[in-house]
Amino acid sequence: MKIKRNEEYNYGFLDEGSKKEIRRSTLKAVAIPGYQVPFGSRELPIGRGWGTGGIQLTLSLIGPSDVLKVIDQGSDESVNAVNIKKFVKLCTGIKTTTDTHKATIIQSRHRIPEIPLKNDQILVLQVPIPEPLRIVEPKEEVTKKMHAEKDYAPIWLQLYESIIKYGKVTISTEYPCTVEDRYIMNPSPIPKFDNPKLNMSECLYLFGAGREKKIYAIPPYTRVESLAFDDVPFEKENFKGKKCCLCGSCDTYLDEIFNSETGERYYQCSDTSYCREVRSR
Amino acid sequence: MNTSENPVLSVKNLTVRYGDGCSECSTSLEKNRCRKCGTVWASNDVSIDVYPGEVLGIVGESGSGKSTLMQSLYFDIEPTSGNAYLNGYKNGCESIWNASPAEKRDIKNKIMGMVYQNPVRGLRMDYSAASNIAEKIIATGSRNAGEMTSRAKELLEAVEILTSRMSEAPKNFSGGMQQRVQISKALANNPSILLLDEVTTGLDLSVQAKVLDLIRKIKTLYGISILLVSHDLAVIRMLADRTVVMLDGKIIESGLTDQILEDPQHEYTQQLVYSLL
Repeated sequence: MKIKRNEEYNYGFLDEGSKKEIRRSTLKAVAIPGYQVPFGSRELPIGRGWGTGGIQLTLSLIGPSDVLKVIDQGSDESVNAVNIKKFVKLCTGIKTTTDTHKATIIQSRHRIPEIPLKNDQILVLQVPIPEPLRIVEPKEEVTKKMHAEKDYAPIWLQLYESIIKYGKVTISTEYPCTVEDRYIMNPSPIPKFDNPKLNMSECLYLFGAGREKKIYAIPPYTRVESLAFDDVPFEKENFKGKKCCLCGSCDTYLDEIFNSETGERYYQCSDTSYCREVRSR
Repeated sequence: MNTSENPVLSVKNLTVRYGDGCSECSTSLEKNRCRKCGTVWASNDVSIDVYPGEVLGIVGESGSGKSTLMQSLYFDIEPTSGNAYLNGYKNGCESIWNASPAEKRDIKNKIMGMVYQNPVRGLRMDYSAASNIAEKIIATGSRNAGEMTSRAKELLEAVEILTSRMSEAPKNFSGGMQQRVQISKALANNPSILLLDEVTTGLDLSVQAKVLDLIRKIKTLYGISILLVSHDLAVIRMLADRTVVMLDGKIIESGLTDQILEDPQHEYTQQLVYSLL
């Protein structure tokens, strides 16, 4: 993308005070893994709910030597991903990439890349609803107390109810997990296929919710366990017998594509960058 | 019942008032409301003891303070003053009303079981009957779904609800069935005391009889202590070993149930008993 930095914008669009406040909140989030740190979410030239939490984290962290990759549901080419990349490039002038290996900051919506990330990389995830207990308790005041007192029975009950009704846990995205045996965290709407990647990862995961004004984090080498009963273990999605129609991978998260004319179903890697890499080998 | 043993539950001088109170409150009460400052004394210096295996009945008209006592015990309302000691909490040496929020949660889940008059307060109407029972078990730290399901089946069988309906939500059940699910939920962790707040109110006579039979069966089966609040003397006569009569937030008479019903001393108790006859 040939976009030059627009000098009329402050570096990283946000003013220095705002970036400083976001960095401080980020440091606190890293210090208390899984804890939701409130922050003064700023106005941006895009609507809240369109990744403003992730963008604010990216803009406050990004330096001139960084290389940015933005993905949306695993795709580098979606309209949202392309426009976020353009915007960051316009107000910082940094390099962007679609190659997961080369990126130092990856901003993502709904996916964690298939390639294991390294300790010099940061994955910023956009989060619509940071509170994992929101589904069982609408009041913020109450959920804060529940976290403080480690009162997580209602969310376990939610899982149990699913087992009673359907014989298994039916949550497919936003599958709650426990961070270092303390806080229960919403890993953002990533498929539960990606949950194991959060555990003992080399990279830093940052979660930003612009509308809800919360930041939380999973620092490198943190224990992250998806909730599971002793006799009903956690299971990620199973794509047994299916493979990517482009690269032939059968161990990645696959998107189902339905051809309405022929009635056929195809499967394709959700992580387009990974799929490209496998094909080029 | 053995009153020579230490009580399972001991309430001392419970006072719950709505308003700041004034110096004339003790002398200028009209029913339980101060004429001068308007303060309502919902519960006024109430003390009771519940002994192991005993059913203690509390009877009185609407507004007499029966439910205030129950709700204070179950931490639904905060008492203005007084203490309550439970055998299962710090050996009965510290008042449960001074416990931390986490301890209060533990007391509610492990030591006490509550059955409300309105099942909506005691049950999660959109969750299955099994989940309603499992909620109590999960709260104690259990993470074995199979064990929870077995326990739910056992309890639902005990309250005569078909286990084939355990995955159904109580909102689809009749009033009597909802009360029975509430009772099984209250028994989930083998509590040492069961609080029953007007459990038969609003149920038709045949369903009332079934619920009362069930409570009697539970008492025999589990040897559990029960604090039973009712404005219905027939219910009290059928279940309670001892009875406390409340009026305007105060205890006006207490003793063995037969003694209270056969030979009432206080004028109000006499009215209550004779109106029944």
